[in-house]
Amino acid sequence: MKLHTRLASVPYLLWVVVFTIIPLLLIIVFAFTGTDGGFTIENISAVGRYTDVIMKSIWLAAIATGVSLFLGYPLAYIISRHSARQQNVSLMLIMLPMWMSFLLRTFAWMTLLEKTGVINRLLGLAGLGPFELINTSGAVVLGMVYNYLPFMILPLHSVMVKIDASVIEAAQDLGASPLRVFFKVVLPLSMPGISSGITMVFVPAVSTFIISRMLGGGSNLMIGDLIDMQFLGNAYNPHLGSAISLVLMVIILLCMSIMNQFDDDVDVEGVLR
Amino acid sequence: MKDVLIDLRDLVVEYDGERVLNGLSLQIRDKEFVTFLGPSGCGKTTTLRIIGGFIEPVSGDVFFDGKRINSLPPYKRAVNTVFQRYALFPHLNVYENVAFGLKVKRLPEKEVHSRVEEMLEMVGLRGYERRGVAQLSGGQQQRVAIARALVNTPRVLLLDEPLGALDLKLRKEMQTELKRYQQQMEITFIYVTHDQEEALTMSDRVIVMRDGEIQQEGTPQDIYNEPINAFVADFIGESNIIDGVMLHDFLVEFAGVRFDCVDKGFGEMQLVDVVVRPEDIRVVSPGEGKLTGVVESVIFKGVHYEIMVDAHGYHWKIHSTLPQEVGSFIGMTVAPGDIQIMHRMEAGE
Repeated sequence: MKLHTRLASVPYLLWVVVFTIIPLLLIIVFAFTGTDGGFTIENISAVGRYTDVIMKSIWLAAIATGVSLFLGYPLAYIISRHSARQQNVSLMLIMLPMWMSFLLRTFAWMTLLEKTGVINRLLGLAGLGPFELINTSGAVVLGMVYNYLPFMILPLHSVMVKIDASVIEAAQDLGASPLRVFFKVVLPLSMPGISSGITMVFVPAVSTFIISRMLGGGSNLMIGDLIDMQFLGNAYNPHLGSAISLVLMVIILLCMSIMNQFDDDVDVEGVLR
Repeated sequence: MKDVLIDLRDLVVEYDGERVLNGLSLQIRDKEFVTFLGPSGCGKTTTLRIIGGFIEPVSGDVFFDGKRINSLPPYKRAVNTVFQRYALFPHLNVYENVAFGLKVKRLPEKEVHSRVEEMLEMVGLRGYERRGVAQLSGGQQQRVAIARALVNTPRVLLLDEPLGALDLKLRKEMQTELKRYQQQMEITFIYVTHDQEEALTMSDRVIVMRDGEIQQEGTPQDIYNEPINAFVADFIGESNIIDGVMLHDFLVEFAGVRFDCVDKGFGEMQLVDVVVRPEDIRVVSPGEGKLTGVVESVIFKGVHYEIMVDAHGYHWKIHSTLPQEVGSFIGMTVAPGDIQIMHRMEAGE
């Protein structure tokens, strides 16, 4: 039995070594070497020049995550209180856009938001506009929320389904008004869902480059765009690109450990079923 | 009645067009231990949830202490519930679970502390304050659920089959405990169960329900000794239910034999159900009793033997402290006072 499990894990181990560990090591090596191949911390210190881009990326991703949470939380809760069949239908509708290409969906937003796009033309009929919709930070946040909202709703939903209706009734029974039931029971019990939802939205949002390029124009550069330029663009410098990637990774790791800290707090209070 | 606390009038509840409660009316007195007893789907839990405020009746009224509370939400009612599967808060420890209701009422921290500790003392969970509820055994979770409800000193405690998930020994212990809490705290207990033994042990009054209607209400003794119909007789304790004909007052014929009885007022030549408790059949020598039959099986039940006898076209269940030989002939007699006559239930009921 033991041998079998060990054998079965071999393909996965190989996969991880070849496609995760070795590339990771390569990135670290690239980040700390110059074009001549010698050790240097120049690349890392050069990342400092892009502080405002990094801050803006974090800021936009944070806003998008916040909006997703704000929109997704009530929706996930409402869905979780319905019958199993209704839940399946609702979840399928939420995932439906994901069956289409990510690029196509973002292109669609371009045609909607353009100066001569659908929204501006409709507003024009009412004598309004045209408004500057595309190539703004708002458009980038919109694109992120649109694309990543399902990643917020799904983990929230899967945690909320496990909240027993009788626990909510018990809180009401003990004198808690609907608002207090929410803050004292529903919210703490859905904390694990919130933290994994935030991670699932924030991580891809902070590192995206397609959304910012297509909807943000030149003025809304994000970390992802920087990295892209270093590897595939005119600025070609894989050493700097690796250094930026490394910094991004550290940022994400920091964010996740903060979220996990939050999770641990919930666990100490009582074990979730 | 002066001390009526809860007055239910003509309650009707429907789910998807199906009647769950069918014009139920009931009064519950202050400090009473009342049990709703019946098979699943009889409407007992629905009635409890109406009192708790979780269901609003389609028609009919709920009065609490003289006030109509039909649509008063649960959190505004002076009622607390012990839920079927305890429904403890998984993110809170034992202390915080019990303190929940008091903290919601924003009582001073000191009072909360002393009342919670007092309650944990009563249910025997001192020293478990910091435990997560998932780490507790079923019996301990049960006690937390009871403490969490009782700490609020409600006027009424609703208990929805609270002992269902416990093993027999623990269940017996908890029955005594619950009765003790009720007497100690002088709180009205409304208890829902399908276990007749539980109902008889603890209650001041038992309400036997079926298909959304009350079949009979009375003290455990009344219900057991004078069941109103064959359903109640069958549901409460064990019984032999036989078709009979009431020839005239004080004379009934069943199993082809005439018996003296103590019932009257049924009219002459009326079809009736005759109920005889297994412990009320006396075994005598063959030929001496009114009935004679062959012993089919004998099972040892601890205090008594359960003997099945084939006689006069019926299978009779007898509880006797003496065993009989399987296959032997025995005689049986029943005293007139132990024969219960009830109106025949209509077909399909």
